[in-house]
Amino acid sequence: MIQYIIRRVAYAIPLLLAVNILTFILFFVVNSPDDMARMQLGQKHVTEQAINNWKHQHGYDLPLLWNAEKSGLEKLRQTIFYQKSIGLFLFDFGISDSGRNIGHDISERMWPSLALALPSLIVGLLVNITVALMMVLFRNSYLEFGTIVLCVILMSISSLFYIIGGQFVFGKLLKLVPISGYDSGLSAIKFLLLPIIISVISGLGSGARWYRTLFLEEVEKDYVRTARAKGLSEVQVLFRHVLRNAMIPILTGVVVVLPLLFMGSLIMESFFSIPGLGSYTIDAINRQDFAIVRSMVFLGSVLYILGLLMTDISYTLVDPRVRLS
Amino acid sequence: MVILWTDGLIFTLVLAIAISVGMMLRKPHFKRPLAKITQSKTSMVSLVILLCFAGVGLLDSVHYKDSRTGEIISLLDHVAKPLTEQTERTYSAPFSAYLYSKEMIIHDDGREKWDYPRLKYGAAHLDNPAQQKWPDILSKAAIGLGKGVLLALLLYLVFWMIRGRKSAEPYRPASKAALLTLFAIISLFYMLAYLSHWYHVLGTDKVGEDVFYQTLKSIRTGLVIGTLTTLMMLPLAIGFGIMAGFFRGWVDDVIQFIYTTLNSIPGVLLIAASILMVQVYMANHPEQFASVLIRADMRLLFLCLILGVTSWTGLCRMLRAETLKVREMEFVQAAESLGVTRPTILIRHILPNVMHIVLISVVLDFSSLVLAEAVLSYINIGVDPTTYSWGNMINGARLEMARDPVVWWPLSAAFLFMFTLVLAANLFADTVRNAFDPRRAEHG
Amino acid sequence: MAEPLLQVKNLSVSFQQDTVVDAIDFDIYGGESFALVGESGSGKSITALSVLRLLPNNANIQADSIALKGQNMLTIPEIDFCRWRGRRIGLIFQDPMSSLNPVMTIGAQIAEVIRLHFTLKPADIEQRVLELLQQVEIPAPERRMQEYPHQLSGGLRQRVMIAIALAGRPELLIADEPTTALDVTIQAQVLALLKKIQQQTGMALWLISHDLALVSNMADRIAVMEKGVIVETAPSTAFFKQPKHPYSRKLLAALPDIRHCLGKTATPSTPLLQVNDFKVWYPIHKGLFKRVVDHVRAVDGVSFSLQQGKTLALVGESGCGKTTLGKALLNLVPATGGRVWFDGVDLGQLSDEALRRKRAEIQMIFQDPFAAMNPRMLIADIIAEGLQALRPEISAEQRRQKVLHLLEQVELPASSAIRYPHEFSGGQRQRICIARALAVSPKLIICDEPTSALDVSVQAQILRLLQDLQQQQRLSYLFITHDLAVVGEIADEVAVIYQGKIVEMGAARQVLTAPQHPYTQTLLKAVPELKVT
Repeated sequence: MIQYIIRRVAYAIPLLLAVNILTFILFFVVNSPDDMARMQLGQKHVTEQAINNWKHQHGYDLPLLWNAEKSGLEKLRQTIFYQKSIGLFLFDFGISDSGRNIGHDISERMWPSLALALPSLIVGLLVNITVALMMVLFRNSYLEFGTIVLCVILMSISSLFYIIGGQFVFGKLLKLVPISGYDSGLSAIKFLLLPIIISVISGLGSGARWYRTLFLEEVEKDYVRTARAKGLSEVQVLFRHVLRNAMIPILTGVVVVLPLLFMGSLIMESFFSIPGLGSYTIDAINRQDFAIVRSMVFLGSVLYILGLLMTDISYTLVDPRVRLS
Repeated sequence: MVILWTDGLIFTLVLAIAISVGMMLRKPHFKRPLAKITQSKTSMVSLVILLCFAGVGLLDSVHYKDSRTGEIISLLDHVAKPLTEQTERTYSAPFSAYLYSKEMIIHDDGREKWDYPRLKYGAAHLDNPAQQKWPDILSKAAIGLGKGVLLALLLYLVFWMIRGRKSAEPYRPASKAALLTLFAIISLFYMLAYLSHWYHVLGTDKVGEDVFYQTLKSIRTGLVIGTLTTLMMLPLAIGFGIMAGFFRGWVDDVIQFIYTTLNSIPGVLLIAASILMVQVYMANHPEQFASVLIRADMRLLFLCLILGVTSWTGLCRMLRAETLKVREMEFVQAAESLGVTRPTILIRHILPNVMHIVLISVVLDFSSLVLAEAVLSYINIGVDPTTYSWGNMINGARLEMARDPVVWWPLSAAFLFMFTLVLAANLFADTVRNAFDPRRAEHG
Repeated sequence: MAEPLLQVKNLSVSFQQDTVVDAIDFDIYGGESFALVGESGSGKSITALSVLRLLPNNANIQADSIALKGQNMLTIPEIDFCRWRGRRIGLIFQDPMSSLNPVMTIGAQIAEVIRLHFTLKPADIEQRVLELLQQVEIPAPERRMQEYPHQLSGGLRQRVMIAIALAGRPELLIADEPTTALDVTIQAQVLALLKKIQQQTGMALWLISHDLALVSNMADRIAVMEKGVIVETAPSTAFFKQPKHPYSRKLLAALPDIRHCLGKTATPSTPLLQVNDFKVWYPIHKGLFKRVVDHVRAVDGVSFSLQQGKTLALVGESGCGKTTLGKALLNLVPATGGRVWFDGVDLGQLSDEALRRKRAEIQMIFQDPFAAMNPRMLIADIIAEGLQALRPEISAEQRRQKVLHLLEQVELPASSAIRYPHEFSGGQRQRICIARALAVSPKLIICDEPTSALDVSVQAQILRLLQDLQQQQRLSYLFITHDLAVVGEIADEVAVIYQGKIVEMGAARQVLTAPQHPYTQTLLKAVPELKVT
């Protein structure tokens, strides 16, 4: 087990390195820092001096990979690649283009993200499974058919419409909840209620349908027939045997996204003005703050790889057939 | 004739689809699933709707330089000329005769009044809109609908005469439903087009442009994203997926490494980063883009490309798994022992036996890509702001919904068209999957 | 006669338009063993499942009555009837692996039945589970009940299935092909166990099987089913002495018989294939750096020789390495060591291209005729594939002629050429596979269980075809099988494989009648023989 984890962590290093190099190429090779400076400073009437100032301010006035002017290790260290990319491995995200400490921002903003994403995930999971189970229990009936049609309709609506519609009806017309905003502590609940409900509904269509196929796949297996031959009723078969086996892919599918919950939801957070990492990223994109976007790309990759590792481990915990080797 | 990049690719795609459908019709193992699709009412109705959308999209994909203004316009622009020319000053509600906001109106007699001014084009032919408007709309709608029905009947007649009575086809509820849908769409569409001569049927937007025209133009954007992205990712997904599964060993390791790396970067962020870079590039090299339209088109193409890069991994993984299964099948071993070379095995034995997965995933992905476009455009990392797209329309709607009184029509129009397209695509995808998935095919 | 335990009157089952069971009647009496025999697709399993209402929803079941101890089960609503399953009628399925819930311990799966049908204290339930495991003779039951199905061998899993079926103390036990997925030696043990338990408990046993030899050892009464109809019902002894219906007679005649090896005479020939110290090892990786710590010795130093125009049977149970050996000879899996001379050439000395051509003289026929053909290709293309690859100089017309000739050789109509594999039955497909192998004029054909997926009557035809072809073309066969009766029919020589090694080899007559090695003796003893008394 320990050996396996060590090996997987070792495998993560080249992956992260590849992600790092990819982002490096994307951000510094496709466009030179000069281009970025010009973009930031506005298109016209930019003097060479202003560009150099901007580059110096943000630490982009170094060579990309190799600093010939320095000596020894400094040749490598005084480069953009070393300064801007290697630091990410130590979770040293540096300073954003607008001069803020990114690491500090992240540690502050991930909690609101989590406060929105985690309940959304859990409630969504429960609702989806319940609806899917109901469909499987009443399979080949009008109830199932109606629910499937409803699911297809739900999943054909863009999540943006749910948000705009939800805000308009519950926030503006009925005034049940605030339209947007956030507060610390328990008073955040009234701000989070609507986004959570909306994200559950917008995920319901595809989620319930997906779980339904998982359940149906299990229902057709031979051991389910054995369970019926034992004398279990349909409901007992469903809960004691089918659910238990189908939960394996469902749970492990959830585990992989668990770490990514910290990253928050871009759309939800920006619509509801929740000061999480999602809206942080969107703001950065809109302000064209490259340092933040780069940090978020790296952070996302780390969390995803962590999720993969957790998935593998969780398989061994929930599925007796799987052994780590 | 001006051929934009996406135009060229779209027509290549149409050609490719036509060829592959032709090939599929010849293969009996495709005939059965295809028959299943044509026998399903839902699938035929949704197919007709999809084809209507595709028709509008294709009309909008034939570009040429207008001799009068020198601008690049499409056939759709030409057909919808009254709509493009009849722009108001700002918002106006559907079928309204007045502008959304009050202005200082100077009457002929010099009196000044703070009121809603009449529209320049919308209901301009009426003297007293308050009384005349609704009867006029109703009568015009009836005329339009009647003409539409006549047109549809005429089309049927022509069609019937061409095909003749040779096919004494058995009664097929599915094709009847499809024909009815087509009939309804043609009639309704003609009615709307007819009414558009006098009214803004879906209102106007902030700069006074007709919303009906905008939504029609947005169709092409949605279709391009939904189809070209797939075109971009297919070679990667099929090539890598099959090779990884077939050769295994180090080839598999390398391919798995590549797609785990790409997968580990959150998709939205990768798209955001890439689009940011494209923006920077375009901002710094304005000389390479002759017009706004070409620039927007390049950005659209690039968006498809980057969406393709982020989304090929899923299909690749599925194909790899299926190839691993197929390569262990005994017919592959039989071919090996018959001395068939590996490339031949790959093309003749592996590829045809994983193709159904490609087909299913292409159809399933379409609707999610159309939805993704809206979200991406909303966070400004989608299509160019000057491109007509549902995402951009929704983006604008955020502020419009906060106005008082609410400007609801651009959002509703985008919702209506997008929902219809995505719903049709989802329903069609469902029947395609049921027909082609061997596991589902067994049970009814 | 006493009142029957289970009485089925006029039972029909149909799916949409297909009637799979057509108006059958039969009775099962308390304490007896009743066997329903038929080939695949005859509707015998459907009959059992329809009695228990375990068929999918789209099945249409109709019957005058299905009565257990005189009580008509058709009138009982599902909500009450589900308590009958497991309690009054137990059921054992063919494949014990897929029939057990993979994520529950076997103890929990057995306890579930007890808890469902009896009110007992937890401690008593555990006690009862232990008893049941002991009753089905599972060693170390305390430890086993904590284990999951995948940790058990196939035989033990089937014993667990039996324990589950017994847990409700049923009056009738339905065993649907209970040993088909098991090796012969295990099959013999499981059957002996079933018989013993039946005697202990006095319940009735309804055995469903395709294997007449097995049935002759187990059943008191036999019903033969053909295409959804019961054609003959008779007491076992009378049936095997004098079957009345022509179909029954045909089935009995088609049974392969181990004693046919007695008629074989050895004529000397020249060796075609010589294998020396052949090895296929798979490395086992362990530890942080995945070092190779050991090997799975699938084939471990096998030497044999096969003569021109003769058949050598490789016999062994599942997992003994016989299939791996066949595939390694064809280079489908890499060999680890050893030398192979084929037709006087050392295959190890050949270049890749020469090897590819030489290998074509060795062909293979696979076990599963459904998986052995690309479903997307026409039969003509499937048969011509080898010709196309190895002799591209042949014109399309010549190839077509050759394909037609081959189809004629395997006794299929010429029209088959322009059809697709799914349009053919299992036996026909196996013929096409034979034609495909013959297309490249091989000298040796490796037959990997070519008839084990087929019904007995079809099996007999395929074996006859193989023998005819051997005589016409002086083909050599390396016949891989687990079925000693088939060996008796076809083999000149036999090699018995056990755990990757050949434990006994010799003329078929000698090995099958006077086995020397204890393993061969056990194998032979376990083969169910047709009991005619």
